[in-house]
Amino acid sequence: MSDIDTLHPLELDTPRLSVENPQTRYDKQGERPDEERVTAAMQRFAKDFGRTAATYMESCIHCGQCAQACHFYTSTQNPKYTPIWKLEPFKQAYKRESGAFSFIYKALNLKHKVTIEELEEWQTLLYDSCTMCGRCSLICPMGIDIATLVGQARHGMFAAGLVPHELWAVAERAEREGSPLGATAKVLKERIDWLADENEIEIPMDKSQADVLIALSSIEIMKYPQSIVSTAKVLNHLGLSWTLRSDGYEATNFGLLSGNSEWQKDLSMKLIQAAIDCSAKLVIMPECGHAYGALRWQGANMYGKPLPFQVLHISEFLAEKVQSGEIKLKALGKSITFHDPCQISRRGGATQAPRDVIHALGADLKETQDTGDLNWCCGGGGGVVTIHRADPLRHKAFEIKMQQIDAAGADIAVTSCSNCRQTFDDGQAHFQWDKTMHSLLELVADNLIE
Amino acid sequence: MDLITFARGTGLEAAFTIFIIGIAWRLFAIFRHPVKKDLSLPRTTHTLSGAIRTIFSRMIPHREFRASTRFSVINGYTFHLGLAIIVFGFLPHIVFITQITGLSWPALPNGVIYLVAAITIISLLVALMVRMNNPVLALLSNFDDYFSWFVTMLPLATGMAALGALGQNGSALDATQNGVVVAIHLLSFELLLIWLPFGKLAHAVLVFVSRGTTGSQFARKGART
Ligand code: SF4
Ligand code: SF4
Repeated sequence: MSDIDTLHPLELDTPRLSVENPQTRYDKQGERPDEERVTAAMQRFAKDFGRTAATYMESCIHCGQCAQACHFYTSTQNPKYTPIWKLEPFKQAYKRESGAFSFIYKALNLKHKVTIEELEEWQTLLYDSCTMCGRCSLICPMGIDIATLVGQARHGMFAAGLVPHELWAVAERAEREGSPLGATAKVLKERIDWLADENEIEIPMDKSQADVLIALSSIEIMKYPQSIVSTAKVLNHLGLSWTLRSDGYEATNFGLLSGNSEWQKDLSMKLIQAAIDCSAKLVIMPECGHAYGALRWQGANMYGKPLPFQVLHISEFLAEKVQSGEIKLKALGKSITFHDPCQISRRGGATQAPRDVIHALGADLKETQDTGDLNWCCGGGGGVVTIHRADPLRHKAFEIKMQQIDAAGADIAVTSCSNCRQTFDDGQAHFQWDKTMHSLLELVADNLIE
Repeated sequence: MDLITFARGTGLEAAFTIFIIGIAWRLFAIFRHPVKKDLSLPRTTHTLSGAIRTIFSRMIPHREFRASTRFSVINGYTFHLGLAIIVFGFLPHIVFITQITGLSWPALPNGVIYLVAAITIISLLVALMVRMNNPVLALLSNFDDYFSWFVTMLPLATGMAALGALGQNGSALDATQNGVVVAIHLLSFELLLIWLPFGKLAHAVLVFVSRGTTGSQFARKGART
């Protein structure tokens, strides 16, 4: 009997075949009465009911088209993965508390209060099954931007202590140690020393003055250190005054992904402060999708005023340099399929940049059937790749990617997001797929004409 | 006061009043919410053109979505256009609008209108069937969806019945013989007007706000809208 999970007892009395998910599993942080959790979620939801959320909440026509854009729905055909359905408690809270007819809803109790059970049930929908990729925003005939709303709804979930535990834990670690994967300043320094030695390359650390500050994602520090060498190679080649700073290097932002905007701000401020301290004119974000969005599109809002420096994703930076002729590349002699990271292309507006770089590599770009801004998500964004219980669902969604990349028939697959790359590596191992995802930055560094 | 007098007079005025106040309230309910200023450096400042572009561009789905949404888009267009043709192309309706606004334009032949009405009714019936049977739509649907369907269908159905009651010159306004049927048709239209601001039919207005919001925000980022 020792293997029976007392927290999530098996439903032995329910008829077998009617139980779709015999073990509903959700996580809770802390010890608090349910009542308090609901209140905390509601207060936080209310904070996010700004004009944009109100517009979207009032406008949905329940046409269901968004389902067709979502990799989690299309790969499972389970209606609960319909994008707008993921927001049902958020919508219900809005309609009851803040909508045009909230006074009627409240007076007649037409929309009941959001319950703890609903919040618990929606935890998997808001976290495990949404990468905040925003593909659904492009299909919605009303133009509703569901990804933004999911981000806001996660704020309420965090306030209630109802976050998938792995995601909560990495976010907490990032807040405490400065990095979600244990890439502390000390670890970073050791890695940089080792990388510099090993590759006989100069990687400037902690310069007090530099034109360019480089940010790294901990996935790169821990898993793809070669990309750090590649960054150094390119920047040294350009002869730029640049630096890494041990007081601000972590580009990923698990505050944003988990739904804690205080932590989001803390993490962004470290980078912003480091850039200000070394008077950087430019901060280059690494190959990481949400990291780009966090600083490029939300950084100034965290800071409270416009950023005193420019923010570029590494692919945008490379595109600028190949176009100005400062970077010249050897012909790759291979065809490439590019996987667009959602937060950089669709939601970041930098769709053309990687294509310019691929063009400069002289590679034949074989686009997938749905590409660029309409690309299918890898399934691992939005923090989903950190949630273990979501693995089966994520793998299911990944089948779309394998099928499309196989169909495109290029020699190699390339992306510019280390989180996508990690998701692809995992998918490759899981399905024993014969394709490996490559990094655009590393391709450029390997083919530089010095 | 008999029914037709009420339907043409007090009833109509009341319905229009509720319609206008309701829509204004619905919009106010959105605009009373605070706006957070976005301090990020915009990629482009053409946010207005982004908004306008999105309002129009969303009329046609992106190529990538066409196959999966073909049916709902075509059926959606069918009843939306059908309703527009019937409302603005049918002579008695034009006469009616002229009486209220002074504006007038040529009508479509009645035969065309009858055909369009039949197609529209079928299209709405299909939409209802799909809503009830498609797992995604069934999950999303609530009272609003079904009631909105009902109040849209009602004027069509009563309108068909009222056809027989038309006067000599094809105008509902001198339909004295069978005034009750015409009155019921008018009342059903008034019900539609009254309900419109309260449920999802308000998308007739909200579509501009919603698409415009996304259009301007995405344009700021230089993202596709
Ligand atoms: S943002 Fe992406 S993952 Fe989330 S609901 Fe929309 S399409 Fe699905
Ligand atoms: S596509 Fe848009 S309008 Fe249609 S159900 Fe989804 S969110 Fe609502």
